[in-house]
Amino acid sequence: MQPAFSVIFFTVSTGTGYGLLFLFGLLGAAGKLPADPTFGFIGMALGIVLVGAGLLSSMLHLGHPERAWRAFSQWKTSWLSREGVASVISFIPSLAMMYLWVFESTSHPMFTLFGLATALMAFVTVYCTAMIYRSLPPIHQWANGWTLPNYLFMGLAGGGVVLVGLYGVVGVPLTLAPIFAVGALFVAWGVKSGYWRFIDNSKSKSTAETATGLGHIGKVTQMEAPHTEDNYLLKEMGFQIGRKHGDKLRRYANVLTFLLPILLLGGTQQTTGYVSSGLSLLAVLSFALGAITERWLFFAQAEHTVTLYYGR
Amino acid sequence: MKSDTGSGRRTPYVDTSPHVADEVKYTTCYMCACRCGIKVHLQDGSIRYIQGNPDHPVNKGVLCAKGSAGIMTQNSPAKLTKPLKRVGPRGSGEFEEIEWEEAMETASDWLSRIRATDPKKLAFFTGRDQSQALTGWWASQFGTPNYAAHGGFCSVNMAAAGLYSIGGSFWEFGEPDWEHTKYLMMFGVAEDHDSNPIKMGLGKLKTRGAKFVSVNPIRTGYSAIADQWISIRPGTDGLFVMSLIHQLMKSDNIDIEYLVRYTNAHWLVINDPGAADDGLFARDKDGNPLCWDGKTKALANARSPEVSPAVVGDYELPDGRKAQPSFNLVASRYLDDKYAPANVAEQTGLDQETIEQAARELAHYAFKEEIELDIEWTDWAGRKHSTMKGRPVAFHAMRGISAHSNGFHTCRALHLLQMLLGSIDCPGGFRHKPPFPKPIPPGLKPAGKPGQVNADTPLPGPPLGFPVSPEDLLVDADGKPQRIDKAFSWEFPLSAHGLMHLVITNAWKGDPYPIDTLMMFMANMSWNSSMNTSGMIDMLTDKNEETGEYKIPRIIYADAYYSETVAYADLILPDTTYLERYDCISLLDRPICEADACQDAIRQPIIELDRDVRPFQSVLLDLGARLGLGAMLNEDGGPKYPGGYPDYIVNHERAPGIGSLAGWRGKNGDKHGRGEPNPNQLEKYIENKAFWSHKLKPAQRYYKMANKDYLDWATEMGFVGSSEQIVMEIYSEALQKFRLAARGHGDIQPPEEHRARVEAYFDPIPIWYEPFEEAMVDTNDYPFHALTQRPMHMYHSWGGHNAWLRQVTGSNKLYMNTKTGAKLGLEDDDWVWVTSHHGRIRVQLGLMDGVNENTVWTWNAIGKRKGAWNLDEDAGEAKKGFLLNHVISDLLPAREGGYRYANADPVTGQAAWYDLRVQIEKAGPEEAEESYPQFDAVKRPEGLKPAPNVLRYGKSLREKRED
Amino acid sequence: MTELPVQTETRLGLVIDLDICVGCHACSVNCKEWNAGGHMAPLTDLNPYGKGQDGVWFNRVHTFEAVPENGDGCAQTVHFPRSCLHCENAACVTVCPTGASFKRDEDGIVLIDESRCIGCKLCSWACPYGAREFDSDVGVMKKCTLCIDRIYNENLEEIDRVPACVSTCPASARHFGDLGDPNSDVSKLVKDRGGYDLMPELNYKPTNKYLPPRPRAKAAAQLPSAPIIETLPSNDQPLLQWVDKFLSR
Ligand SMILES: Nc1nc2c(c(=O)[nH]1)N[C@H]1C(S)=C(S)[C@@H](COP(=O)(O)OP(=O)(O)OC[C@H]3O[C@@H](n4cnc5c(=O)[nH]c(N)nc54)[C@H](O)[C@@H]3O)O[C@H]1N2
Ligand SMILES: Nc1nc2c(c(=O)[nH]1)N[C@H]1C(S)=C(S)[C@@H](COP(=O)(O)OP(=O)(O)OC[C@H]3O[C@@H](n4cnc5c(=O)[nH]c(N)nc54)[C@H](O)[C@@H]3O)O[C@H]1N2
Ligand code: SF4
Ligand code: SF4
Ligand code: SF4
Ligand code: SF4
Ligand code: SF4
Ligand SMILES: [Mo]
Repeated sequence: MQPAFSVIFFTVSTGTGYGLLFLFGLLGAAGKLPADPTFGFIGMALGIVLVGAGLLSSMLHLGHPERAWRAFSQWKTSWLSREGVASVISFIPSLAMMYLWVFESTSHPMFTLFGLATALMAFVTVYCTAMIYRSLPPIHQWANGWTLPNYLFMGLAGGGVVLVGLYGVVGVPLTLAPIFAVGALFVAWGVKSGYWRFIDNSKSKSTAETATGLGHIGKVTQMEAPHTEDNYLLKEMGFQIGRKHGDKLRRYANVLTFLLPILLLGGTQQTTGYVSSGLSLLAVLSFALGAITERWLFFAQAEHTVTLYYGR
Repeated sequence: MKSDTGSGRRTPYVDTSPHVADEVKYTTCYMCACRCGIKVHLQDGSIRYIQGNPDHPVNKGVLCAKGSAGIMTQNSPAKLTKPLKRVGPRGSGEFEEIEWEEAMETASDWLSRIRATDPKKLAFFTGRDQSQALTGWWASQFGTPNYAAHGGFCSVNMAAAGLYSIGGSFWEFGEPDWEHTKYLMMFGVAEDHDSNPIKMGLGKLKTRGAKFVSVNPIRTGYSAIADQWISIRPGTDGLFVMSLIHQLMKSDNIDIEYLVRYTNAHWLVINDPGAADDGLFARDKDGNPLCWDGKTKALANARSPEVSPAVVGDYELPDGRKAQPSFNLVASRYLDDKYAPANVAEQTGLDQETIEQAARELAHYAFKEEIELDIEWTDWAGRKHSTMKGRPVAFHAMRGISAHSNGFHTCRALHLLQMLLGSIDCPGGFRHKPPFPKPIPPGLKPAGKPGQVNADTPLPGPPLGFPVSPEDLLVDADGKPQRIDKAFSWEFPLSAHGLMHLVITNAWKGDPYPIDTLMMFMANMSWNSSMNTSGMIDMLTDKNEETGEYKIPRIIYADAYYSETVAYADLILPDTTYLERYDCISLLDRPICEADACQDAIRQPIIELDRDVRPFQSVLLDLGARLGLGAMLNEDGGPKYPGGYPDYIVNHERAPGIGSLAGWRGKNGDKHGRGEPNPNQLEKYIENKAFWSHKLKPAQRYYKMANKDYLDWATEMGFVGSSEQIVMEIYSEALQKFRLAARGHGDIQPPEEHRARVEAYFDPIPIWYEPFEEAMVDTNDYPFHALTQRPMHMYHSWGGHNAWLRQVTGSNKLYMNTKTGAKLGLEDDDWVWVTSHHGRIRVQLGLMDGVNENTVWTWNAIGKRKGAWNLDEDAGEAKKGFLLNHVISDLLPAREGGYRYANADPVTGQAAWYDLRVQIEKAGPEEAEESYPQFDAVKRPEGLKPAPNVLRYGKSLREKRED
Repeated sequence: MTELPVQTETRLGLVIDLDICVGCHACSVNCKEWNAGGHMAPLTDLNPYGKGQDGVWFNRVHTFEAVPENGDGCAQTVHFPRSCLHCENAACVTVCPTGASFKRDEDGIVLIDESRCIGCKLCSWACPYGAREFDSDVGVMKKCTLCIDRIYNENLEEIDRVPACVSTCPASARHFGDLGDPNSDVSKLVKDRGGYDLMPELNYKPTNKYLPPRPRAKAAAQLPSAPIIETLPSNDQPLLQWVDKFLSR
């Protein structure tokens, strides 16, 4: 699949934003958030902005962004619609939570409720995002059991890393946050490795033979395509990336998304002050680059059945 | 808006009955030469939709890809807009727009000077011309013999072999009996002129469960749906056919009864080596051919219906000499073991079993599955037959066998096979379409002998015809050619369609004489229709060193689009498109009949002209009148056809009562075939959806060569001169006459240098020989045959400017067998050099399985000259696409001291496109990934707008509708 | 309306006979032609006269080779037209967030309501068959309409009320009808000829069916009766076989 930057940014940004909101929600509900309204403002705003920017970016690749509102209508069947609805709903608890945090107090009786709701909606929205891909049978690399945990844990890990970074910048004591983030990173890493192992070792049930129904004669190869230049289908779905290039990018993704942030976050435990905050910020940066690489690969290494008709 | 579907759900409202068109008009398609009927839906004067005319007999409602893309041809930014005068050097594309008056004055000035001195200094050649009845007539009125259309490089082998053997031919002049055949064997056909009818026929035949065999080195298109693919080595079909004949003869699967009834199998051939009449038919004093009558045990008139003739044996003639029935000679030749399947297997690349099996199947379907239709008919002798018997094996063949230097004989061999099986014009076999069969060959003789070309004088006859003896050739006392293309000379005596492919070369050389003006119509001669394309470009631009004048001093060209050739002309007469003019598809030209019906058709303007262009036919008539050509003037000296072509279509009579169109003749429009001109004829055609069709009566439908009812009607229509039986020729006396001349008999003999060649190739019985190029080059150096095929969705060069068709094929590759590729270490998409004895090109490779391992091929005419057709300079057609033509030589390889004959068949002059041999090697990694050669871009002439970057055709139609 | 109907009144679709498709592209160009001015007009073309020419088409004809694996017998060339199959389980519809995509209750035709389409392209990802093409100029998705503006169109003559691709196909390789009715001509054809689904493993339940190419003879067909050239006459002078044949004219 063509890795369109707007979509990559959308999934990474919203995933991370929701990861952050999810953590804030849970921590808030558990009463583990610092009461500092400034921190509350910055933290919640960051989460909301990441989500909002992602959503806006997703609109960039629409043919008719001005009709985007229509996308809320088909929640009965469409994961994209559900995602849209969920994302909009998710703003309510998170804005409410932010309001209470900034203008009231984290001990406001409703704070726990909104916290839980924020976490829930964050989870639901990322779940929906993942399901958009998970529920596309033509794409073997997406329509499998690994996609959902991949998205969820990447979101969580991203949220964790950003949270540590935030703590660092604002000067909130890190306490368990890095340990949690590192844990999430490990799980996400495991899941991603599992995902890659899965797509490397399994094949789509669909082949050129099933696509054409000519398997009974023999192996099907393309003699001539219906058009000599690339059309929409090939531009959108015929994207191909060489094995070697893919492996190299996976190594980058492994290092940047997982290994480095884990080490850097580990470093924050050993250090203090600016050094520690610096390390946590570097972790955020590294993760961001890594996650974008990971997501780029998620698209680039996804093969659509339509390519079977083009001998690709 | 929503509509309740009753199921409680609501799916959105859809307008299922939108308005389609304000107006529907009928005309004839010309996106190719097949001439299907079309029904054009118009909205606000622009085309909403073109569909096949369901009532039209040719296509019965279907429409091919080209026809469907007509909208985009009409919409093309390559359409010429105004007459042009060249201002830059030839080939640059620098032109100035001029008014029509100036253009016509210029042309008539040039031409009148020629006509007043030496009319043959005008060479007038037309390509995809569907008005040859007019253009040929015009040329002979002008007085030049130098006229022909594209047939000479196209398939004259096919046409001539048929017309000299069976009175008709494959091409589009006959068809398999799609309804009844049980076995169809097709040789070398990718698409053919009968584009839609063949597809319709194959669909029908396969749905019926009949067997379809394709003999072709490549398995695409029709071959892909064939039940059996016989992957023959190019150029060896003749051998394959002769081997089939061998098998059938050995096993006596020959229809002797059919042969004696319908062919000259029993005619006695004089056997007197060295005599002036050796090999000619023995005749009685009235000129009747003789046979040996088994009943009376005596010589008898072979044409008599009463005889029971012998087909083998030695018989004594009254003068004591020996003679044998021609069948005896034919059989003796092919019974030779050199034609046994085992002995031709290697050369044809087929295994013995394949050949044996094919022979067995032919025998089986012809003789064990004979069919009989309950139709009573009367033969030429007046005898009634209660049924029509048929041998349901049919053949069809086209350029795969005709575009070789041994093509004439190969085609004739195939007709011989058909005759031996008794399957010509019988139920289930090959069927003639009226006006065929014609006398063998047709009676026309070419005009243009010495003394026949005179200043200010029309030719005494048509420029093209069918020589039957050396007397008919256009040569002078020294045997020198009289035409610029050397047609009807000793080099190619039976070049019935002329040799358009030699015109530029000869005119450039001034051989046999220099010309003044080359006038061309609808032929892309600087590009895809020439062999040695780069060479042609050089010749068109070459100048005489002393005078500084171009070697071909003046070129006038009529095209409708900015094709490659436009840039090489000095004066451009821009034509209309097929949707903007009147045309006629005449029985006098290339007819559109079916086996069961006689038909013609018209085109009528569908779209209003929005440019300053004129229909070429009208321009030609105007020019004729300006030149004072008598036949184009009234008594008072004014133009005879002031209404232009439509005027001519209706009012011109070729013979009393016979004109361009056969339908609705006579003052009241109640006569068909023959009748005075009817002023309302075109309206009648328009009312009848632009065509006229006359169904033959069942009793006239088969055995047309010997069917009294048919022949009487054909005589009445003027197709044949009399109702006499047309006797098909397994043995060609005409060919023997040329051979006798080569052997030193008669007054007119070939010059020494051509003698051996004429002797060798004018064999009265089909022969096979190695194609010339293959025989002359070292096949180890040039191991591959290289072919082209027509893409079904493109018509030569003129599909390339069509915005839709060029999306399907916007560049071409050279296809090679996967196994061969592996052997040479080549992969898909590699760039390779293709080298022939003549030149080299660089192209991109594609690998496939369904092609002979010794053959490579590509799609024809996809490559374009940079800048031509108003395509962007970096269009794939120019950068990646290529023409094989650059490596196809117009001449045979040079021999020590020898004359370089044209790369053509020695009998007819047919261009031997498919004799090409090449070698292939990988291009270097540093070499550009674009095709070679690349040419400088031609400039966009004044008047042509830059092509748009986005096309939203249909948007406004919809907006209008939804308003 | 992206919920799929439980059952449609009819199941209109195409049956494509790969045994006789010659790959002429008539169906795809005629489809383009009809639809360029039709229900989803225009089918925009980009760079129509330059490099990288590309436009919206609803029907595309591929050429494949099927190579027998045992290495014996040569490859079979098969032409393969591909357009929307109007699936029963049309995921292209259910994924659509706006309701622009829908499957009609009346006849099962899958359509796009352009005025609702936001051009998110998700439906084209959901279609395994590549039947949806995005018109980047208009910003909406487009696809085969099964010629919804022809098949019921009262402004057209009765015989023209079939999809453009069907009526134009010169080889009659395309058939149109109600595949929900077991007694329809198309259903019978599917039954007789073993019509099949593309990518059945994805369970989209396409309405359109493909008829397989009939087996190609490697060398030649088995003849219904015994071949007649079993023994060639061992005659040294085969001409003699015709010596006493005097047939009347
Ligand atoms: N390598 C190779 N070369 C071949 C062949 C091959 O098999 N292989 N085949 C050969 C054969 S058989 C043929 S017939 C030739 C065909 O070659 P050509 O006869 O040259 O055919 P086209 O390329 O179609 O060129 C015809 C010209 O007619 C113009 N034209 C189209 N419509 C109109 C119109 O309405 N009015 C006017 N005035 N002009 C119009 C087009 O713009 C074009 O320039 O190619 C030959 N060349
Ligand atoms: N769509 C479309 N239709 C056309 C045209 C077009 O350009 N486009 N052009 C028209 C014209 S001008 C013509 S002349 C006709 C030509 O119609 P065809 O004769 O069908 O045209 P070609 O493409 O020359 O096909 C030649 C076929 O012969 C095969 N072949 C080559 N050499 C041999 C051989 O030695 N033996 C055998 N058995 N096969 C061989 C090739 O593989 C190819 O399949 O088509 C007409 N119809
Ligand atoms: S075959 Fe196609 S292009 Fe040729 S006349 Fe018929 S519809 Fe037109
Ligand atoms: S029109 Fe018919 S024969 Fe031609 S490609 Fe389409 S389905 Fe095949
Ligand atoms: S073929 Fe594709 S677009 Fe058509 S209904 Fe099926 S899934 Fe949808
Ligand atoms: S592109 Fe249009 S039709 Fe397709 S899913 Fe998006 S909104 Fe629906
Ligand atoms: S049914 Fe209509 S829209 Fe669909 S492929 Fe055929 S012609 Fe095109
Ligand atoms: Mo031709």
